[in-house]
Amino acid sequence: MAIAVLVVGERVAGESPDVTFELLGRGRELADALSGELAVVVVNDLDEGAQFGIADVLYVVDGMDSASYSAPQWEAAIGAVIQRVSPQVVLVSTGTVGIDLAGALATKFNAPLASYVIDVTAQGDKLVVTSQLYGGKLLSEGEIDAFPAFVSVLPGSLPVEKGRAQGSPRVEHIDAGDQLRLSKGRGTELREPDTSGVDITSAALLVSVGRGIGSKENLELVAELAEAMKAPLSASRPVIDQGWLPKPHQVGKSGKKVKPTVYLAFGISGAPEHLEGMRSAETIIACNTDPSAPIFEVAHYGTTLDLFDLVPELTDIVGG
Amino acid sequence: MHIVVAMRQLADLVEELEVNGDGTDIDRDFVKFVSNEWDEAALEEALTIKDESAASVTVVALDEPDVDQTLYAALAKGADRAVKLTGHDPSAWVRTRERAQRIASFLAHEEFDLVLTGVQAADDLDGQLAGILGSTLDIPHAAVVVGVELTGSSLRVAQELGGGLVGVSELELPAVLGVQAARQAPRYASITRIRQAMQTQKIEEQEVSLEVTTPQVTVRRLYPPEKQGGATMLTGSAKDVATEIVNILRSKGLV
Ligand SMILES: Cc1cc2nc3c(=O)[nH]c(=O)nc-3n(C[C@H](O)[C@H](O)[C@H](O)COP(=O)(O)OP(=O)(O)OC[C@H]3O[C@@H](n4cnc5c(N)ncnc54)[C@H](O)[C@@H]3O)c2cc1C
Ligand SMILES: Cc1cc2nc3c(=O)[nH]c(=O)nc-3n(C[C@H](O)[C@H](O)[C@H](O)COP(=O)(O)OP(=O)(O)OC[C@H]3O[C@@H](n4cnc5c(N)ncnc54)[C@H](O)[C@@H]3O)c2cc1C
Repeated sequence: MAIAVLVVGERVAGESPDVTFELLGRGRELADALSGELAVVVVNDLDEGAQFGIADVLYVVDGMDSASYSAPQWEAAIGAVIQRVSPQVVLVSTGTVGIDLAGALATKFNAPLASYVIDVTAQGDKLVVTSQLYGGKLLSEGEIDAFPAFVSVLPGSLPVEKGRAQGSPRVEHIDAGDQLRLSKGRGTELREPDTSGVDITSAALLVSVGRGIGSKENLELVAELAEAMKAPLSASRPVIDQGWLPKPHQVGKSGKKVKPTVYLAFGISGAPEHLEGMRSAETIIACNTDPSAPIFEVAHYGTTLDLFDLVPELTDIVGG
Repeated sequence: MHIVVAMRQLADLVEELEVNGDGTDIDRDFVKFVSNEWDEAALEEALTIKDESAASVTVVALDEPDVDQTLYAALAKGADRAVKLTGHDPSAWVRTRERAQRIASFLAHEEFDLVLTGVQAADDLDGQLAGILGSTLDIPHAAVVVGVELTGSSLRVAQELGGGLVGVSELELPAVLGVQAARQAPRYASITRIRQAMQTQKIEEQEVSLEVTTPQVTVRRLYPPEKQGGATMLTGSAKDVATEIVNILRSKGLV
């Protein structure tokens, strides 16, 4: 039987990320609808704990250096597998690997690519894809009718558990040595995350601040509130990138995943990459002057008050 | 060392976004366009490299609403040359695959060592520029870049892999990088310096004529996400709302 769907496993080290199982779960449905097999490719050593039983075939690319990550090498390896097995649909995630490689591979295979996808289904001889555009402010429903098709799915969009299954698919090793030798890059090092400084992952209450704060000086205002509430200060990525707070304070895709009892968000728009890190908080309370800010979609309580009006009042009440 | 920074305009996400009449694009007549924030990080990284070495920096962008503002600001910040590409409809949605082909066709006549662009743009339905451009030019590329180190002819990049893990790798030049964050926050150009740039420097225009046919997603409709009920909105004075919030926190024993 032909390969209908190829899922790109994105593990570099440690365990396979949840999103790989999200892709496998949906990949199974797509493969069945397209009457073909479901395959998964892992580019470096096999994650022994991975439960890939839902797939029919597991491709393992041999000859990769597993102690590091290199975009050209991963592209060469995944490209070699696509070339060899000609899947109809390639599923990746809009994580680093997808942002890095999906566009390049789709271009190489002259194939369509849908990015920021939150839902994908097969309808007749077409794929219907829903993508989140403009930082979550608009959705796009689109169709793809040319194959192979690349679909890059935002992590956290599809159920995970469906994709985890005991058992092992048949394993095929693919030697991408020729392609790897030609690739114009190599990985040198993996750096572990910085674990010094605050731990925002274990707090029951987080006071979180976004770009709406405007400047480093203004941050003092929210810092006072956090102190009065005896809660750590966390932040969205722009606050970190501006150098207003150190990296360990960052919540989101490229920061920490947090799950406090209450997450207080001031001046945070609620971009998908931020939501990825905090959407499972028990209660989310958001303050944002824009009534259409996506954060209000996940928040339990919201206010469109100006944070500069609200925060001092809160500090007043809590500080006594 | 010649660095090309590919920049672009994007709808300002702080503003309300309306969908056009046939429901397949934003209503571009009523949108404020600003420079893509990640392209600003790419520009900053290029200018930092220029500050350290003798690199020259060219900024290139497709003609789009208010793009001159972005290009003059880049010149004011220290870019050596600004190029505006024409030959397409500047008021339409230029999909990222087409954008890449247009920039590639400009680069075909340039000698360059490094292309820097932003890691993503919020309307990248067809994928992110750096990888597409790298593949179109058949040169190495890397995205989600948080560190660039150039020594002689060798390039080391740090890529964020999620969860704080960083992968360091070496690439051959020329290469294309999608920048997630520069070493420092983007520098600021005062209005006076931008005005000065407008008076003393010129934006070069180049026409790119291209029949573009890339396989792509056909957009059926663009629509705001259905309100999921979402948040219970707290109203009243700042004092009222603060009191309600503190009550919620107290009920959970948090303050
Ligand atoms: C390219 C990449 C490589 C990573 N490699 C490692 C790693 O080797 N070891 C590690 O401890 N953490 C790695 N991480 C980050 C870390 O694993 C996740 O942020 C963390 O595990 C949270 O996962 P999650 O299940 O909540 O998020 P998910 O929603 O499952 O993942 C979010 C995104 O992170 C990426 N990702 C997550 N975990 C991995 C992984 N193990 N390998 C590859 N990609 C992953 C995927 O691109 C995914 O789209 C990596 C992240 C990326 C983007
Ligand atoms: C690969 C990748 C990884 C990323 N990882 C992360 C990540 O880990 N974490 C993360 O946060 N982002 C991450 N991002 C960035 C993300 O896409 C957004 O750019 C970011 O989350 C936006 O931060 P923000 O909400 O603070 O800023 P903005 O989107 O600029 O929002 C600021 C908000 O403040 C509101 N506001 C302004 N003034 C006031 C006021 N006075 N009172 C109240 N409200 C006000 C505005 O209405 C606006 O909604 C990542 C992006 C990429 C491409």
